[in-house]
Amino acid sequence: MDYKVKLEMFEGPLDLLLHLIHKNEVDIFDIPISSITDQYLDYLELMKSLEMSIAGDFLVMASTLIHIKSRMLLPGRNEGDEEEDPRLEITRPLLEYMQLKEMAQELSEREILGRDVFARGDATSFDEYPDMMPKPDVTLFQLMDAFRRVVALGEQPGNLTVSLEKWSVKDKVESIIALLRGKPDIFFEEIFAGNQDISELVVTFLALLELVHMGLIKVFQPSQQSRIRLSACFDEGNPSVYRGEDGKTA
Amino acid sequence: MEKQLKLIIESLLFATDKPLRVRDIQGCLPDTGLPEIVETMETLRHEYEAMDRSFSLKEVAEGYQIRTKPDYAPHVLRMTKRSAARLSTAAMETLAIIAYKQPVIRQEIERFRGVDTGGILRTLLEKNLIRIMGRKNLPGRPLIYGTTRKFLEVFDLHSLESLPKLKEIKEFGIGEAQATQTHKNETPAASTVQEDAVKTETGSTDSEF
Repeated sequence: MDYKVKLEMFEGPLDLLLHLIHKNEVDIFDIPISSITDQYLDYLELMKSLEMSIAGDFLVMASTLIHIKSRMLLPGRNEGDEEEDPRLEITRPLLEYMQLKEMAQELSEREILGRDVFARGDATSFDEYPDMMPKPDVTLFQLMDAFRRVVALGEQPGNLTVSLEKWSVKDKVESIIALLRGKPDIFFEEIFAGNQDISELVVTFLALLELVHMGLIKVFQPSQQSRIRLSACFDEGNPSVYRGEDGKTA
Repeated sequence: MEKQLKLIIESLLFATDKPLRVRDIQGCLPDTGLPEIVETMETLRHEYEAMDRSFSLKEVAEGYQIRTKPDYAPHVLRMTKRSAARLSTAAMETLAIIAYKQPVIRQEIERFRGVDTGGILRTLLEKNLIRIMGRKNLPGRPLIYGTTRKFLEVFDLHSLESLPKLKEIKEFGIGEAQATQTHKNETPAASTVQEDAVKTETGSTDSEF
C-alpha cells in the first residue's frame, strides 16, 4: 500500500517559505537568501525521505531561490545601483500571499450561513445535500483494532476448524438489530458474544460495517480511553428497515 | 396603513427561504415606493433588535433575510443533524482570490497561491460558490472565474462592494521594515523601489472591483 503524507501546513512552496521566514524571525524585506535557500532545500530533502510527493511547484521555487542566491553573489551590484534587489522576485509574491491569507481569514471570520447563522427553511449552505449519514465518531482503523482484539481473545492455537459458511451478513445484521432493540447502547464486544468462530466473527464485523454504512447504527466512544459502543439510529417502531439482499432500506 | 405594510413585508420575509430583494417586494406591492420598503425594513430590523430575538434581519446578496444569531448555531446544527459548513484553508484562499480579483483566470489564481488549484476550483464550482464567467481571449482560451450570488449569501455580504477592505500590502511588513530602516539607512533606494511596486499593485486591485 502506498502511503502519502500530506502536511496541511505547507500546502505550497510559498507556505514553506513563509514558515521559514517566521521561524528565523527575519525581515521579509531583507531575507537572508543564502540561509533561507539552504533551509528550503533541507526541507525538500526531508519531504523526499518521508516519501512525500513533492509537487513541481516546490522545485520551481527551489530553482528561483538558487538563481537569486547566485545573482546576489555576482559582482557589480553596487549599493545605490538602479538595478532592483534580486530578492524582490520572491518578496513580492510573498507579500501578495500574506495579503491573500489575510483575505481568506477575513472571509472565514464572517457570520457564515450554515455554520454560524441559519435562514428559514434552508439549512443547506455549502452542501446542497443533507448529511443524513451519521458520521462515525470512531475511525475505521479504531474499529479494526477493536476487532483484532476480539479475534485475539477467541483464538485458541491448535484448535483450528474449517467450516462451511453458516452465517450471512443479513442474519448478523438482524441479530445486531435485535441486540440493540430497547437499549440505549451496547458495547462493541457484545455483538461478538457466544462462541463465534473466526468466520462468524468476520461476518459479524461485516454486518456491523454494513449497518454503519446504512446509517442505522452509530459507533462512538465516550472518551479516548473508553470502550467502543454502538447505539441504534433506526426507528423503534419500525425496526426491520433492513430488507435483505436487495439492499433497499425503507 | 404603515403598520399594515410592515406586517405584509414581514410575512413575505417569513415565507421565503431566499434573500428577498426590494424589487421582489415591489412585485407584490406595486403601489409602494422603494424608499418606503427600505424604510420599513429598517423599522423591522430595529424592532427585532429591540425585542432581543434569536434572529435578526440581515442584508445579504442584495436582499433581506431573517437569520438566526450565531449564539444558537450549535442547537440548530443538532436539529438539522448536519455538521457545520466548512471549507479547507486552501479552498478559502482560492475563494478569496476569486472574490477579490474577479474576473480571474486559473493561471492568475495559481500565481498567487503557488500551487495547482484544479481540484479546489472543481469543489468550489460544485458548491456553487464560484461560476464560470466566460473564456479569456488568450492562447488556450482559459476559463474566467467569478463568485456567485450564493457566495454573497453564505458569507453574509450585501454585494461584492461590501467585501472587507484589503489591508494595504505595505502594512504586512511595516513593523520589520521600519525597524530595519533605522539601522539600514544606507540603502533607502531599495525600500523606495519596494514601496512603489507595492503601491501600483494595490492600486490595480482596487480598480478591479
